[in-house]
Amino acid sequence: MTLLRVENLHKSFSGVHAVADVSFNLAAGEILALIGPNGAGKSTCFNLLNGQILPDRGRIIFADDDITGKAPRDIFHLGVGRSFQVAATFASMSARENVQMALMSHARQIWRFDTPASQQHAPEADTLLDQVGMAALAARPCGTLAYGDLKRLELAVALANAPRLLLMDEPTAGMAPAERHKLMKLVRRLAHDRNLGILFTEHDMGAVFSTADRILVMDRGALIAEGNPAEIRANPKVRAVYLGEEA
Amino acid sequence: MDFFLTQILTGLASASTLFLIAAGLTVIFGVTRVVNFSHGSLCMLGAYIGWSILSRMPRDPAAFVAGVVATFAIVAALGALLETVLLRRIYRAPELLQLLATFGVVLMVQDSVLWVWGAGDLTLARPPWMRGFVNIGDQRFPFYDLILIMLGPAVLGLLWLLLHRTRFGMLIRAATENRDMAAVLGINQRGLFTTVFAIGAGLAGMAGALLLPSGSANPHIDLAVIVDAFVVVVIGGMGSLPGAFVASILIGMLQVFGVLLLPKVTLVLVFLVMAIVLALRPHGLFGQPIAEAPHRIETHAFIGPTPRIVPWLGIAALAVAIVAPLVVGAYVLSILTEAAIAILFASSLHFLMGPGGIASFGHAAWFGIGAYAAALGVKYLAAPLPLALALAPIAAGGLAAVFGAVVTRLSGVYLAMLTLAFAQIVWAIAFQWGDLTGGDNGILGLWPPAAIGTRGYYWLTLALCMGASLALRRAIRAPFGYTLRAGRDSPLRAAAIGLPLAKIRLVAVIIAGAAAGLAGGAYVFAKGSVFPGYAGIDRSVDALLMVLLGGVQSLSGPIIGALAYTALYDGLLQITASWRFILGAVIVALVLVFPHGIAGSALRLRKP
Repeated sequence: MTLLRVENLHKSFSGVHAVADVSFNLAAGEILALIGPNGAGKSTCFNLLNGQILPDRGRIIFADDDITGKAPRDIFHLGVGRSFQVAATFASMSARENVQMALMSHARQIWRFDTPASQQHAPEADTLLDQVGMAALAARPCGTLAYGDLKRLELAVALANAPRLLLMDEPTAGMAPAERHKLMKLVRRLAHDRNLGILFTEHDMGAVFSTADRILVMDRGALIAEGNPAEIRANPKVRAVYLGEEA
Repeated sequence: MDFFLTQILTGLASASTLFLIAAGLTVIFGVTRVVNFSHGSLCMLGAYIGWSILSRMPRDPAAFVAGVVATFAIVAALGALLETVLLRRIYRAPELLQLLATFGVVLMVQDSVLWVWGAGDLTLARPPWMRGFVNIGDQRFPFYDLILIMLGPAVLGLLWLLLHRTRFGMLIRAATENRDMAAVLGINQRGLFTTVFAIGAGLAGMAGALLLPSGSANPHIDLAVIVDAFVVVVIGGMGSLPGAFVASILIGMLQVFGVLLLPKVTLVLVFLVMAIVLALRPHGLFGQPIAEAPHRIETHAFIGPTPRIVPWLGIAALAVAIVAPLVVGAYVLSILTEAAIAILFASSLHFLMGPGGIASFGHAAWFGIGAYAAALGVKYLAAPLPLALALAPIAAGGLAAVFGAVVTRLSGVYLAMLTLAFAQIVWAIAFQWGDLTGGDNGILGLWPPAAIGTRGYYWLTLALCMGASLALRRAIRAPFGYTLRAGRDSPLRAAAIGLPLAKIRLVAVIIAGAAAGLAGGAYVFAKGSVFPGYAGIDRSVDALLMVLLGGVQSLSGPIIGALAYTALYDGLLQITASWRFILGAVIVALVLVFPHGIAGSALRLRKP
């Protein structure tokens, strides 16, 4: 089943085509990697999908909804989780409270003025933190966590609304290799267990080729290749972009 | 037609002096990112120093010019001193702390001026050359004002040459654009900042001296001037010199023609224009989005588990507060009533500033609106006490909804300025609409019914204010308060997990406005009167001081801060006539030494 359909997406910033005519599909349970050199337009593409910026042209269909131009907040409530290139968490809250915040939002409980927030969904939050290996750090203020832990926390937060689609912008940036491997294994398992569609970008090619079912390659705003890891490895255009070889 | 022309010229003349003041303020802001509340005090010092010099000089044009230049130099030196001693220590502080610290300087300068020059208005006898007129058709226009008109563009031109044709100017522009990069490139920032500040201060001082022939040196210049200068700088775009020039002409014209066309609302008009400009162009006419100063991220959790002793201390304090009227006299009782109101006022501001991260430099607006709603309710509707007290939060909350809908887009220094402008609008309406509000004389005789009495009213106030404060505290711990904090910590993440930030902030503004309104309503019957000053800058500063004294990032902060501030203030009033100077010094010390407040520092001691 197609979970995400992107049609002819286009965005330019003062004449520069950051994303040019990009189209692709993502099936439920599929892990799709978006790679490309710096400045290829990967993050712009993510921000378009997530609703942070508006596309000039094109359509984004999630499940049966046209989400083109919808606000990030509405896209979240439709079942899309998101992690950022630079981890974005609530620094004055503990790791557990970060996850609780997302759970409260999902349960639409934020307009409560009397019950203490610390009592809302605490066991669920701990379960999510346990899944990403952060149970021991649940009570730690987020401002004191190491960067790798923040990235894992972001994943737990992104999972709080039981999403059907996960958008992850460099999920392992700033992590040690062993940690990286563990996290990507977890991502694979999540996709499988929850039938979750995952789109991610990553600079670590080891993580990309060992995790993704399918890979999209972008260069200067446009998709230049698409295929399974073996096909991408063999693709002359991709080799040209990455290795500077003649096509 | 000639009349029209002379009016325009009058407007241009006042625009010129306004520009001299605003130019310094905006250049200082551009380079140092400090919003200098004491800029008006530098102008006032210029007026007094200029008076001391010029009144001893021969009365010819050359001597006048020499005196004005000397004033420039002296005030510039004072500015350099101020920069080295205080300003350079708060360049990286949040803008509210900067506003507060420099407001402390305002208070200290006020008392210093009283000591040196006394309280009276000091005027300068105008020599004959200054009294000359130029004939424009059938109208006569003062020669001196023509000189002033030419001075504005001249100073703009000189500053432009300084900024664009000298190496020093290039360094200033580099520091304005990117302070960190300028530092990396090895620019001596300290010297640069001090020089810029000195020039800005000198210009303000010079403007003060130039105002002497048509006005006087008096102790009210500082606040009058700073508010106008803020308006000009904000409308023009903070840091933009051409913006300040255009905006000062706009304001100069508005003042001249406002007086002619709508004499009752001139004060409101100016702030209304500012509010409209900011609502349409959040960075002013010529301003660029400014990189917010990188504030230190709070690493400690905002709401830790409450130490077990705190609820018991609270209950004990409340018990003391309840039985106190049976023991204490009338004076102490009135202070206790004020303290209870102060706690709610501070709590309402803390609600916005702490969890919301929403800067407000005009929180007295809501206090004043609540106060006038209750007072007008009694005066015109003969409202009984409960209805009057209910009108206060309803009116304040309702207007906060309108205001909040406009400002939720703004942040940082522009938001602080717009809140200040809004409070000034409220003040101006109360002040100018005398038929309704009694103007400066206020409305008197608003005491609670005799059946309730002072004691009964104290208990009522205590119940209302403590109840509302504790409800606010509870809301901060509830999902709503967490959502508010989430938006403060990371708007990006908050949107990505589906939080409706704009709506949450709007509701927070409404709640805080209503709570402050209730405090204002309660205050009316504690004092038996209402005055425009209830919405004045001083009262906004009171609230900020209470919150900062207690600690912004502490739940008990506003309560402890309000009590400490009330005790400090009343204590100072009792022991010294120079309470302004001491209060100012306390504010400065507080910002420099104790930026986390009493409760915040206690928290830090407890868990190192």
